[in-house]
Amino acid sequence: MITLKLAFRNLLGAGLRTWLNVFVLSFAFVIIVFVNGLLDGWNRQAYDDTKQWTAGSGQLWHPSYDPYDPYCLQDAHAPVTGAIATLVKAQQITPVLITQASIFPGDGMQNVLLKGIDPAQRIIRLPSAALKAADDYIPVMIGKRMAESAKLKRGDQLLMQWRDKNGTFDAKEIRIEEIFSANVPSIDNGQVWISLAELQKLTGLENEATLFIAGIQYPGGDAGLWKYKDLNFLMKDIDEVMQAKKSGTSIIYLLLLTIALLAIFDTQVLSVFRRQKEIGTYIALGMTRWKVVGIFTAEGAANSILAIVLGSLYGVPLLALLHRTGIPLPESVDSYGLSISERIIPYYSMGLILSTVLLVVISSTIVSFFPTRRIARINPTEALKGKIQ
Amino acid sequence: MSDNTIISLNNLSRRFKMGSGEFTALHHITLAFSEGEFAGLVGPSGSGKTTLLNIVGSLDTPSDGEAIVLGVSIASLSHQQAALLRNLNIGFIFQTYNLLPVYSVFENVEFALLLQKKSHTERKKAVMEALEWVGLADKVKSKPAQLSGGECQRVAIARAMVKRPVLVLADEPSANLDAQNSRHIVQTMKRLNKELKTTFIFATHDEKVMEYLDRIITLNDGKVVKDINVVNAKN
Repeated sequence: MITLKLAFRNLLGAGLRTWLNVFVLSFAFVIIVFVNGLLDGWNRQAYDDTKQWTAGSGQLWHPSYDPYDPYCLQDAHAPVTGAIATLVKAQQITPVLITQASIFPGDGMQNVLLKGIDPAQRIIRLPSAALKAADDYIPVMIGKRMAESAKLKRGDQLLMQWRDKNGTFDAKEIRIEEIFSANVPSIDNGQVWISLAELQKLTGLENEATLFIAGIQYPGGDAGLWKYKDLNFLMKDIDEVMQAKKSGTSIIYLLLLTIALLAIFDTQVLSVFRRQKEIGTYIALGMTRWKVVGIFTAEGAANSILAIVLGSLYGVPLLALLHRTGIPLPESVDSYGLSISERIIPYYSMGLILSTVLLVVISSTIVSFFPTRRIARINPTEALKGKIQ
Repeated sequence: MSDNTIISLNNLSRRFKMGSGEFTALHHITLAFSEGEFAGLVGPSGSGKTTLLNIVGSLDTPSDGEAIVLGVSIASLSHQQAALLRNLNIGFIFQTYNLLPVYSVFENVEFALLLQKKSHTERKKAVMEALEWVGLADKVKSKPAQLSGGECQRVAIARAMVKRPVLVLADEPSANLDAQNSRHIVQTMKRLNKELKTTFIFATHDEKVMEYLDRIITLNDGKVVKDINVVNAKN
């Protein structure tokens, strides 16, 4: 206690030098919390959006289904019968049938994934109710990214070509009934959503599905041949991208932290040289050498405590404001392939704040300790004369 | 050696390494100091006064011989034991005052008591009493930079005395002071020596200080060349 008390007195007595170190360190502290809060906020938003728009509470996949292999779709489907049909009827899961198709917007042709979903489903947020049956065209819906890339708008009619279960080509006019706005590119880019019954009819895959999206009532686990994929599995891509982003951004704030720590290190080295007489006096007054090491180390560590206090003074209002307003992101980040909303709301968890506080305090203490270790070898009679040893 | 001997130096030598050779600062010193003495080590620069004080103050250890201070052999003490001895029993007064610049007068004097983990009330009472002894009770909030040299040295005396040590070692306490201040601080120490029975040992070559000493030990080239009990001599 006395060590901390003396350390704070000495530190505050050092004036401007202390405040310069403290400001740089506080800046590093705020930046670390901000950047990690931004990524955590992005992660949470991506996780929630992906869950609400596509993953549900998990999915049941046909054993042959591989989302990265469009050629698997020819075989990745099976009839909805037995136990799985009961679950569908109980609205615990909703079936999705996926096949390949081509659309002809304007002059060109575009390959798309044609996804059939029950218009009455309530498990994911997709506005599938828009897929009402019509006689002379097939009502479909697409995402806004798809609409932008294919230059399509609501009410547009265009030709769509697909193969049925026997490989026979067929084509029919489709009409864009709805353009939905979702933050999840995986249900948007290159995809056309259609009524499940309509797709089953077009392909001849009556009562068949490729996968099922589970609602919160579904307890989890495989169902017959359908393999259960939990949220950890379905969010793996998001987690990996986030980890990569965190590693990249951590370089920036670690550099900033290093600069701040170097300033503390430098101050500590100077202190041990310039305050020889003071060190000698402490020892003459009855302090052990290691207690003096403790005071000097605590002085360095106290920089971090002052930095956290100072950082909180300007950081808390600033970060709270950003939490309220969110941070607009440029459209180019869509290319990350992640679920990204127009504004990211940073999320500052207690764990993030505590871990950052610990990082700053521990790293400051370590860099403060190394230069002060030499006090333990100082000759007090020389130190009392102020001789640099 | 009398019963109230608190320092006993027997055949004490101190050598320092100098390049490839050695420099002997103290040669076979044998001395004893009794409780309540007001003694001074005098002699020219380099005669070994400060080295002797450092050994007595457990800041240094002898190369040969024995230094027994308050019943313990200095050479046998660990760093911790030596620190405890200084903290509880020995006060230091330095030529350059060695006050801690960021602390106030009160905090500087309080420091030794903080190390002894005394309560706030005890500390406050003792610090104010010590500052009254040296006539600085009205400067408690001042910083050392705001004080004159004489005032700084009086703060140093208060800091040395506040813990009521058995022994105070003063290394050239008047060297940076004018004649009036020199006399003032020595008079203060003499008064404390009489009132509190604290033993004072000076290292000095200031004649104004010597006027007040009861015993003058003259050192030259690390040897005791004279040891005069001034009181007896006057009588």
